[in-house]
Amino acid sequence: MSSTIWVGTRKGAFALRPDKQRRRWRLAGPQFLGHIIHHIVQDPREPRHLVMAAKTGHLGPTIYTSGDRGRHWQEAQSPPAFRKARDGETPRAVERTFWLTPGHASEPGVWFAGTAPAGLFRSEDHGANWQPVGGFNDHAMFPKWAAGQRTPDGELLHSIRIDPRDARHMYLAISVGGVFETLDGGTDWAPLNEGVAADWLPDPNAAYGHDPHCLIVHPLQPDRLYQQNHCGSYRLDRPARRWERIGKHMPKKIGDIGFPVVAHPREPDTVYVMPMDGSKVWPRTAIEGKPAIYRSRNGGRSWQRLDRGLPRQQAWFTVLRQAMCADAASRLGLYFGTTHGEVWASSTGGDAWRCIARHLPEIYSVTHAV
Amino acid sequence: MHVVRIPGPLRSYTHGAAQVRARGDTLDEVLAELERAYPGMRFRMIDEQQRIRPHIRIFINASETAALDAALGAGDEVHLICALSGG
Repeated sequence: MSSTIWVGTRKGAFALRPDKQRRRWRLAGPQFLGHIIHHIVQDPREPRHLVMAAKTGHLGPTIYTSGDRGRHWQEAQSPPAFRKARDGETPRAVERTFWLTPGHASEPGVWFAGTAPAGLFRSEDHGANWQPVGGFNDHAMFPKWAAGQRTPDGELLHSIRIDPRDARHMYLAISVGGVFETLDGGTDWAPLNEGVAADWLPDPNAAYGHDPHCLIVHPLQPDRLYQQNHCGSYRLDRPARRWERIGKHMPKKIGDIGFPVVAHPREPDTVYVMPMDGSKVWPRTAIEGKPAIYRSRNGGRSWQRLDRGLPRQQAWFTVLRQAMCADAASRLGLYFGTTHGEVWASSTGGDAWRCIARHLPEIYSVTHAV
Repeated sequence: MHVVRIPGPLRSYTHGAAQVRARGDTLDEVLAELERAYPGMRFRMIDEQQRIRPHIRIFINASETAALDAALGAGDEVHLICALSGG
C-alpha cells in the first residue's frame, strides 16, 4: 500500500516512504529546516490535505496547510490565538500549537488544535483560520482545570478525540489537568478522571489535576478508551466513568509509565505502550537502557514484551507522546521516533523492529498518511 | 516612509529582502503595513495580547522600544531583531 510516515522534529519535517513490501524506506526532506514541528497530520476525509503545527526558536507559533499531500505548504491566515484578555484577566497567548486532530467525518474541513498554554481551537477551512473554542477556554472551571504554569514547560492540551458516531461527543486531555469530555460539541465540558492516580495531589480522589500523557479512542469501538498517564496505563469502557489501571499487569520491574499509547486499528483489545523509566528523578529513558514495546491482546489483562531488533543495551532514548503510530496494513505496521532522531519500524505488528532512519533531529511526532 | 530592517528568520515573508519600506506614524502602524504587505508576519513577532514575543526585540534607530504606540519621526528606521538562545 502507498503510505508516508511524517516525522516532525525539533529542526524540521521529514517524510519516509516505503517500497511495496515496506522493506526499503526513502527519506525525504527536510521541509521547513530549523522549524520546530510538533505535529503533522493527514485528513482522513480528504487525504490530500495535511496540517502542520510549527514555530521557530525566534518566532511565534503558526500553522501550515497542504492541499497536495505535503508537496507544497501555505501558512494559515490566522493561526490559533486566544481572544483579547478582558479587564482583570490574565492574558493568554499561544506559545505553541502542540496537537492537531481532524474533525468528524460529517464536518469536512473542520480541524481542532490543542496548544500550550492549554487552549482548544477550531478551524472550519482545513486549518487556514482558527477560532478559540470558548466553551472550553472560557469555561467557568477552566482556571482550575488548567491553572497556568503548573509545569515548567507550560500545560499542554492534546489528545483531542472525536466519537466517530457523534460529532458532538469529544474528549481531550491536558497535561497537567486531566481528561475532559463534552457531549454538546464543546459548549460544556466535564472531567473524566475517576480511578486515575495522581500521586502528587493531596486528594487521592481529585476530580481533575491529573497528568494524561496520551489518550486514544478506538475507531471501531468508540466506547473503548486507553490512556497512558504519568501515573500508569488505563482502560475505560464507556458508559463507565472509572478508569481501570491495566498497567498493574505489567512486569513490576518495568512498570507502566510512558508517553504514547497506540491501538491496533482493527482489534480494539490490542494495544501498544512504550514504557519508560519513571523512577526516582524520572529519567524518562528506556528502562535500563533496553528499549521495548509492550503489547496486550486482551485489553491490558496481560502484556508481552516486544524487543526483537531493538538495541539490547545502552540505548537511552525517549519516545514522546505523538511519536508512535500504526498504519492500516493487513500486516500491521508500527512506527516510533526517538528523542535521538531515530525512526524504528515493525511490519509484523511489533514482533520485530528495525531502524529505518537515523541522525534526524529530536523527534516530536510520527504519523501515518496514505 | 521608514526603512525597516528584516532579520533572517522573517525574510521568508519579505521574499528574501533584508530591508523593506513601510509607512506609519507609530510602530504599530508600520507593523500593520508590514502585515498587509506580508501576511502572517506580524503574529510571528507580536502575540494576540499585543505583546512583543520573548525572542523579538524592536529598535527605533538605536533605541529599543517595547511600546507598540511609540511615535516615529521622519527618517526613523525600524530594526526588527531576533534573539535566539540554545542549541
